Amino acid sequence: MLKLEPRAQPSQAMSLASPLIALLITVLLGVVLFVLLGKDPVRGLQVFFVEPLKNLYALSELAIKATPLILIALGLAVCFRSNVWNIGAEGQFIIGALAGGWVAMQAGPELAWLGRGLVVFVLLAGVLGGMAWATIVALLRDRFNANEILVSLMLVYVAVQLLGFLVYGPWKDPKGFNFPQTITFLPEARVPRLFDGGLRAHIGTPIALAAVALLWVFLFRTYRGFALQVGGLAPAAALYAGFSSRVALWTALLLSGGMAGLAGALEAAGPLGQLTPYVPAGYGFAAIIVAYVGRLHPVGIVFSGILMSMFYIGGELAQSRLGMPKSLTGVFQGLLLFTLLACDTLIHYRVRWQRRVAAVPKGI
Amino acid sequence: MTASTPTAETTAAGPAARPGGATLRLQLTGISKQYPAVRANDRVDLSVRAGEIHAVLGENGAGKSTLMKIIYGAVQPDAGSLRWNGQPVQVGSPAAARALGISMVYQHFSLFDTLTVAENVWLGLDKAMTLAQVAARIGEVAHTYGLDVDAQRPVHSLSVGEKQRVEIVRALLTSPQLLILDEPTSVLTPQAVDKLFVTLRRLAEAGTSILYISHKLDEIRALCHHCTVLRGGKVTGEVDPTQESNASLSRLMIGAEPPALAHRDAAAGAVRLAVKDLQLARSSPFGTDLQGIALELRAGEVLGIAGVSGNGQAELMAALSGEDVRAAPGSITLDGADIARASPRRRRRLGLHFVPEERLGRGAVPTLSLAQNTLLTRTEAVSRSGWIATGRVEALAAHLIARFKVKAGGPRAAARSLSGGNLQKFLVGREIDANPRVLIVSQPTWGVDVGAAAQIRGELLALRDAGCAVLVVSEELEELFEICDRLQVIARGRLSPSLATREATIERIGQWMSGLWDQPVAPAVAGSAAS
Repeated sequence: MLKLEPRAQPSQAMSLASPLIALLITVLLGVVLFVLLGKDPVRGLQVFFVEPLKNLYALSELAIKATPLILIALGLAVCFRSNVWNIGAEGQFIIGALAGGWVAMQAGPELAWLGRGLVVFVLLAGVLGGMAWATIVALLRDRFNANEILVSLMLVYVAVQLLGFLVYGPWKDPKGFNFPQTITFLPEARVPRLFDGGLRAHIGTPIALAAVALLWVFLFRTYRGFALQVGGLAPAAALYAGFSSRVALWTALLLSGGMAGLAGALEAAGPLGQLTPYVPAGYGFAAIIVAYVGRLHPVGIVFSGILMSMFYIGGELAQSRLGMPKSLTGVFQGLLLFTLLACDTLIHYRVRWQRRVAAVPKGI
Repeated sequence: MTASTPTAETTAAGPAARPGGATLRLQLTGISKQYPAVRANDRVDLSVRAGEIHAVLGENGAGKSTLMKIIYGAVQPDAGSLRWNGQPVQVGSPAAARALGISMVYQHFSLFDTLTVAENVWLGLDKAMTLAQVAARIGEVAHTYGLDVDAQRPVHSLSVGEKQRVEIVRALLTSPQLLILDEPTSVLTPQAVDKLFVTLRRLAEAGTSILYISHKLDEIRALCHHCTVLRGGKVTGEVDPTQESNASLSRLMIGAEPPALAHRDAAAGAVRLAVKDLQLARSSPFGTDLQGIALELRAGEVLGIAGVSGNGQAELMAALSGEDVRAAPGSITLDGADIARASPRRRRRLGLHFVPEERLGRGAVPTLSLAQNTLLTRTEAVSRSGWIATGRVEALAAHLIARFKVKAGGPRAAARSLSGGNLQKFLVGREIDANPRVLIVSQPTWGVDVGAAAQIRGELLALRDAGCAVLVVSEELEELFEICDRLQVIARGRLSPSLATREATIERIGQWMSGLWDQPVAPAVAGSAAS
C-alpha cells in the first residue's frame, strides 16, 4: 500500500513544484469537467489559458484583473505570515472603494486647481478607508480578544450593506434614472491609463509591481518584517526575543487593510468609474488563494495573481463563447486551492510503497 | 553478548539475583528500524525474564525510545522478530500490546487536569466497568502495591509524583505481565524515587517483568537485575548492573568516560541580579503562584536552582527574562537598576541574557536558518533604522558555529535540522558570545548527549571565571552539584535559602525539594548519592 513517510527535512524543491503540480491537476480535472459537460476540452482550455494572453488588449484586461488581486494578496501574505487571519479583505476593499469614490465625487470647479493631483487623494482616501475597516478588527482583537477571522469576515457583510445603503440612498445619481449608482466620476478624478487608445490598463499595475518590491524588502531586509514573521512562525520565540504581538497584530492588519483599500479605490476610480452595488467582485476572497498559491512570497504572488485573473477572464469567455456558466471561475479557483493544499503534503512527507504489515495472530 | 552470572547475595531492599529461570517473558531478535536520517535500532537483541527488572541504558538518541515503541506496537520494525512467552508475535498497535499484557508509562503524562483520578483512568478503559467500579479497583491496586492514590481527587491538585502514581496505577489496572517505564524518575524528588523503587520491587516479586529505561547509572545499579546497554542503536553490552561501577557502565553507554571538570572556587564579586520578595500570580490556570522569591546573584559565581519541574521554575524564568512583565516595580534589579517591568530586549541591552529550556519554538524558530535565528537576541547586524545587514548576520552565525564547535550544515541550515546537542551549543553560544553581565540558563543540558553536555558546562564555568554572573535552573542534581557554587531549591512557588554547594548533600536538597527547608534534616535515606 502507499504510505506517507515524514521527510527528515522539508523539501525546498517540492515547495516550488507543489503549485505547478496543483495547476497540472487542476487542468486535468478541468478537462474531465468539460468532457462531462459535453464540451470540447481543447476549446475549453484554450478559453482559459490561451485567449487571455492572445493579444495586447487581452493582456491589458489581464493586468486590470491581476492588479487588485496582487495588491490585496501582498497585504494578506504579511498577515498570514504573522499568524493574523484577516479574511475580510473584501470588506476593506469595499470601504476603500467608498472612501476613494467619495473623494472622486468631490471633483468639480473648486478643486480644479489640483488637476490630476486629485487622484493622489482618491487613492490615499482608499488606503485610509481600508485601514479604518481593519482597525475595527484589530481593536476588537486587541481589547477584547475577539476572533479576527469571524470579525473580519462579518465586517464584509456590513461593508456590503453600507455600500448598498449609499448607492440606493444618499449617493444615488439624481440623473441616473433611479438606477442604484453614483454619478460617473469626472475625468480628472479617474485613475490615469497607461496607454492612449483603447487599452484600459491603468497606473495601478506599476503601483502593484512597486508594492511587490517594497514588500519583499520589508519582509526580508528589515528587522520589523523579521519580527512579524517570527511572531507567526513561533509565538513563544517572539515572546522570548521581545517582539510585541500587539505591534504585529496592528502592523499586519493596518498594512493589509490599507492594501485592500488601495485596490478598492483603484477599482472604483479606474475601470468602474462610479460606485454601484457590483463593486465587490470577490477579489478580497480570491486574493486569499492568490496569497497561498504564491507561497506568501511577493514574487510568487505576481505569478499566482496573473493565473487567478486568467480564471476570471476565462470564466467570462466560457460564458460568452461556450455558453457555460460563469461560476466556472470559482470552480477553477477552488480546485486550484484544494489541489495545492493536497500537494503541500509532499513538502513535509514523501510517498513510499510498503508491504502491508500482518495483523497480530489471535488467541495468544 | 555477556551472559549474566546470578549472584548469591539477596537482600530485601537491595537488587536480587536475576530471577525467572528458563521462561523468557519477552525476546527480541535482530530488531532494526531505519528512520529517514538515522538508523534508530540496528539488530537489537533483548530478552526479559518473568519477574525481572531489566534496565535499558543509553544516552538520548541511543534508540531506547524507538525500541520501547516497537515493543508497545506504536512503531513497526523494519526487520527482526518478537517472541512473547515463547510465541512469535507481531504487535500491530498499542491496543494489541495491551491485549497481550504489555503496559507502558510514558515520561510525559497524559492526564486531564480538570478531571478526577478515577475519571482519567476510566477514560482510557473500555466501558465495561462503571466509574464507581473503576474507583474501587484503583483503591485495590493502590493498596496492593503501596501506591498512595486518592481516586476522587482532581488531577490538577496532585503533585508530579502523585500524577506518576496515577499513571502507574492506570497501567497496573489491567494486571500486565510486562510494565515499561520510560525515564520514570526524571520528575521525582530523591525521596519519591525511593518510594517508587519499593513499589517496583514488590511488583517484580509478584512476577511482573519491568523494562526500566534510564540514563541514570546509580538508579540502575540500585534497582535492576539486568541491564542492556544501547549506543547508536546497537547493543554494546549486557551486564549485571550490581556487579558494575558507574565508570564501567558509562564506558559502555558513551564509549568513554566524560572528562572531569576542573571547578575552582568562586571569587564572587558585587551583586548583579537581585530579586526581592517577588510575588506573582499564576498566568495559566494550572501554573504556580510565585511567593516571596528572594535571591542575589553575584559576579563570578554560579547559582543553581534545584527543584522538580512544575514548582514555579517556568514562572520565575519568565519573570526574570522579561517574557512576563507583571512583577511589582523594584522586585527585580540588575546592577541596582529596576528591571521588573522591562521588556526582554531592554534587559538584553542592559546585559541580562537568557537561554530557555525549549530549544525549538522558543530559543529558536525551527524553520528559520541559524543565521536568522541569531537575530532573535543579537542585533549587531541591525542598523538604527531597522535594516538587516544579511552578510553580517551570516558571519555571526558562522563565527558561533566555529567557536562552539557546532555540527551544522552552515549558517543557512534550518534550526530544526540540528541535533538537540548541537542546537543547544549554538543557542548557549549565541548568548555567551554576547558577553553578558548576567546569564540565566534553564535546563542547560536537557536531552543533550554527554559530550555536548560536558562542553556546555565547561563553557558556563569559563564564563563565570571571566566574571559573569550565571544562574542555572536544572532538574539534574548531579549537574547542579558539578557546576554550582551555591544552591537554592524551588518548591511550590517558594524559594529556599541559599546553601553553599560544598555544604549541601543530596538528601538535604531532596528534602528541600518537598518544600521542607524549615525542618531539621531527616535521617539519610537509601538511594542515589552525589557523584
